[in-house]
Amino acid sequence: MDFNIKVWRQSSPKAIGRFETYFLSVISPDISFVEMMDNLNKQLSDYKQDVIAFDHDCREGICGACSLYINGYAHGPDSEVTTCQLYMRMFRDGSTITVEPWRSRGFPIIKDLVVDRQAFDKILQAGGFVSVDTGGAPDANTIPIAKIDADKSLDASSCIGCGACVAACKNGSAMLFIAARTSALSFLPQGSIERAARAKAMVKKMDELGFGTCCNTGACALVCPKKISIEHIARLNRDFLLFT
Amino acid sequence: MSCKLISKVPNGPLSQKWTSHKDSLRLVSPNNKRKLEIIVVGTGLGGSSAAASLGELGYNVKVFCINDSPRRAHSIAAQGGINAAKNYANDNDSVYRLFYDTIKGGDFRSREANVYRLAELSNVVIDQCVAQGVPFARDYGGMLHSRSFGGTQVSRTFYARAQTGQQLLLGAYGALNRQIAKGNVKVYTRREMMDLVVINGEARGILVRNLVSGRIERYGAHAVVIATGGYSNVFFHSTNAMHSNGSAIWQCYKKGAFFANPSFTQIHPTCIPVHAKHASKLTLMSESLRNDGRIWTPKKKEDVERLRLNTLQPSQILETDRDYFLEEQYPAFGNLVPRDVATRACKRQCDAGYGVNKIGKAVFLDFSDALLRLGRDEIEDRYGNLFQMYQKITTVNPINQPMMIYPAPHYTMGGLWVDYNLMTTIPGLYAIGEANFSDHGANRLGASALMQGLVDGYFILPYTIGDYLADKIKVPFTDVNHPVFDETEVTIKDRISSLFSDNRSNSADFFHQALGRIMWKKVGMDRSDAGLRFALRKIEELKSAFLEGIYVSGSRYDLNYELEKALRVSDFIEIAQLMAFDALNRKESCGSHFRREMQTKEGECLRDDISFMYVSAWEFNGIDNPPILHKEILEYDYINIIERNYIL
Ligand SMILES: Cc1cc2nc3c(=O)[nH]c(=O)nc-3n(C[C@H](O)[C@H](O)[C@H](O)COP(=O)(O)OP(=O)(O)OC[C@H]3O[C@@H](n4cnc5c(N)ncnc54)[C@H](O)[C@@H]3O)c2cc1C
Ligand code: FES
Repeated sequence: MDFNIKVWRQSSPKAIGRFETYFLSVISPDISFVEMMDNLNKQLSDYKQDVIAFDHDCREGICGACSLYINGYAHGPDSEVTTCQLYMRMFRDGSTITVEPWRSRGFPIIKDLVVDRQAFDKILQAGGFVSVDTGGAPDANTIPIAKIDADKSLDASSCIGCGACVAACKNGSAMLFIAARTSALSFLPQGSIERAARAKAMVKKMDELGFGTCCNTGACALVCPKKISIEHIARLNRDFLLFT
Repeated sequence: MSCKLISKVPNGPLSQKWTSHKDSLRLVSPNNKRKLEIIVVGTGLGGSSAAASLGELGYNVKVFCINDSPRRAHSIAAQGGINAAKNYANDNDSVYRLFYDTIKGGDFRSREANVYRLAELSNVVIDQCVAQGVPFARDYGGMLHSRSFGGTQVSRTFYARAQTGQQLLLGAYGALNRQIAKGNVKVYTRREMMDLVVINGEARGILVRNLVSGRIERYGAHAVVIATGGYSNVFFHSTNAMHSNGSAIWQCYKKGAFFANPSFTQIHPTCIPVHAKHASKLTLMSESLRNDGRIWTPKKKEDVERLRLNTLQPSQILETDRDYFLEEQYPAFGNLVPRDVATRACKRQCDAGYGVNKIGKAVFLDFSDALLRLGRDEIEDRYGNLFQMYQKITTVNPINQPMMIYPAPHYTMGGLWVDYNLMTTIPGLYAIGEANFSDHGANRLGASALMQGLVDGYFILPYTIGDYLADKIKVPFTDVNHPVFDETEVTIKDRISSLFSDNRSNSADFFHQALGRIMWKKVGMDRSDAGLRFALRKIEELKSAFLEGIYVSGSRYDLNYELEKALRVSDFIEIAQLMAFDALNRKESCGSHFRREMQTKEGECLRDDISFMYVSAWEFNGIDNPPILHKEILEYDYINIIERNYIL
């Protein structure tokens, strides 16, 4: 297969970025998008050029590091996958593929395709946990939890914190990300005690950090590689109202 | 035992050792804890749980990781589950059985007292995680559900679909976040440890490279905890994440910490085989699948041929023409034999010409019986996301056709030598999680790495580190302008400079792949005297080739993955050398370490307990000299040493 890869290059946070197009040949359809990027980087390195910076680590769709905006979609054209689980067989031979970083006020660009997502950590630090210390926990079976609640909690807790939802949102809102965590905890008795205060603190932090507000277009849930449902945002709003 | 290796295993009956040891550990009062600093390197299950718990106690903690967020540590990828001796299934499980299974699974090459403590503390880990809001699988009555993993005959593995590591890490990361918000823990992301600082014989700090600015930064502490995971990426292709590395433990080794059992590396039987040229890593298919999946190859060579030519579908092969070789050979454990046993059996099958993919290097993992027995919904509920992962990679849905799987490097039992307090041979330097060697002997049982990481971080280190720090309350914060920091920084900068030269042309990946080929062929599943000697020669050649040929593009004062890789690969080459050296020294087969010369007539491991019932702990002896071997003799006071047998 042959591709023209049109990539956003930006040497530093303040530098002016631009698209560069590279021709890449002989790619097996069975390699992933990040492996294609490896190949491209090898080609650049062979020509003694600076390689393209992009985040990745587990390459199994679970760490949430990879974060490319491909042909106008966060994580590309396939559904329910991260960039590292997107395979080149999804693309037409000979086509041009446009690769951009997440673009959002909350995620400033560090270099090329790498953005700074520390804001997500800060939002979770504001309350995305159950306030228990190590030690002294009661036996795990003391409080029964209905299977359906545990399953729903796990569905929400499947969020990998990649930021695709923010990248896809025209307002750059982090509501789906927050809602995934608040729901994951609210479905469980251990987490529901602090639900109202948690919702309040996390949304407040989100606002402080420059993310936009949610206007329910649902773009976030569409691109989510883990199928986190927009229903969680409604639940988050309920938790939030509980507080006020 | 060597005079330098004092394991500090307490006296007294096995089941009382930890209790009485805890009582003898010194304490640090809350006021004094504030005067003490601890560095934790790594934010996987080991690092996050430790940093959070130490922060809660009131110490000043600094925690470091390579990724942009602590949550992305490699632990996030763990799939199948975590063991605990809860006996909720009423199947006569107990602390003793978990302990015994783990010792036996490790082929009698781990320290009895440590393993007992691990089993003893396994239960409170589950309690702790539930309290944090980890959504473990539940049965319809609302109680925790468990399943079985290899090497056991009970159901003691707790799980959250195939996302157990993710959920446990989100729990630990939540606890960590809480301490960060309180100001007890400071987190430093996108930092890679470059060296350990030892002052007056004690660990007093680290130097890191800020991966964004490229600058070298200095951090001091009263104690340093290494939780940087395993070094399976020495094989190039492994199930580990791309940034998993052995560099931090290697730096500690070079500063005087002993490296234990470097050759004990686990090859996991059920992974998706290399699917394309340029594939960068291998994907694990969790051991939990062996609860319901059956492993087989055809009995007839002609069926194998036709499978390879794609003129026969696996479902067309008659039941009587299938060789369910694990069930045949190990009736008592069947498909749930330990990993090393399953791996060797798969390899034997493929070596004998029964491999089912085009290149003859795969066996089937088949769910058709389970689908009939349990129905599609139940199977999808249990393994849905693994099936999806498999399908995305191979385009085949395991509901319709059996998976094809093959062994791949996965976990390293070897690591920094630690005593019962998890302290290395450098005072004040601790190692936890996969980075230490402590509990798994020559082979780790499934679902016990998560257990160990969390036991170390939540419940052991916070107690034992206090005993060391009790002496340090009058010691001021480390002065990062101390000459040792200066010297170390110069060495690091020289090392980085030496990697940049325009006259050279090979990338780090080029050398990494070459190293991987040597290691996989000669220091992988099948080791021999001649093969290991050959590997040592080849690694030595590669080391020189690397120095002469490595090309790194870009700048050192910038985000530069090529530079990061080059630094890690140069360490991998040296680690590989020590692995081969250790494997050559150990002229026995045990667990994952299979020496061709030492096998039973059935092709199983032949241990030599008289000569090798010890932990090999290697001391660095300068770059040009062979390392020095120290032996920690393993003494088993409470269990009978037997030949490992999974047949009866
Ligand atoms: C695919 C897969 C599935 C698995 N499934 C299971 C399972 O079901 N059950 C089970 O028990 N075990 C499982 N394991 C094993 C288990 O996941 C690991 O052994 C365990 O998570 C290791 O945890 P850790 O805290 O020691 O290190 P890791 O989670 O590897 O974390 C290492 C940390 O150290 C940081 N780090 C590394 N080097 C440096 C450096 N030089 N400087 C600064 N920071 C550094 C990293 O950024 C990271 O934060 C699995 C492993 C794999 C690969
Ligand atoms: S690299 Fe981890 S999710 Fe893609």
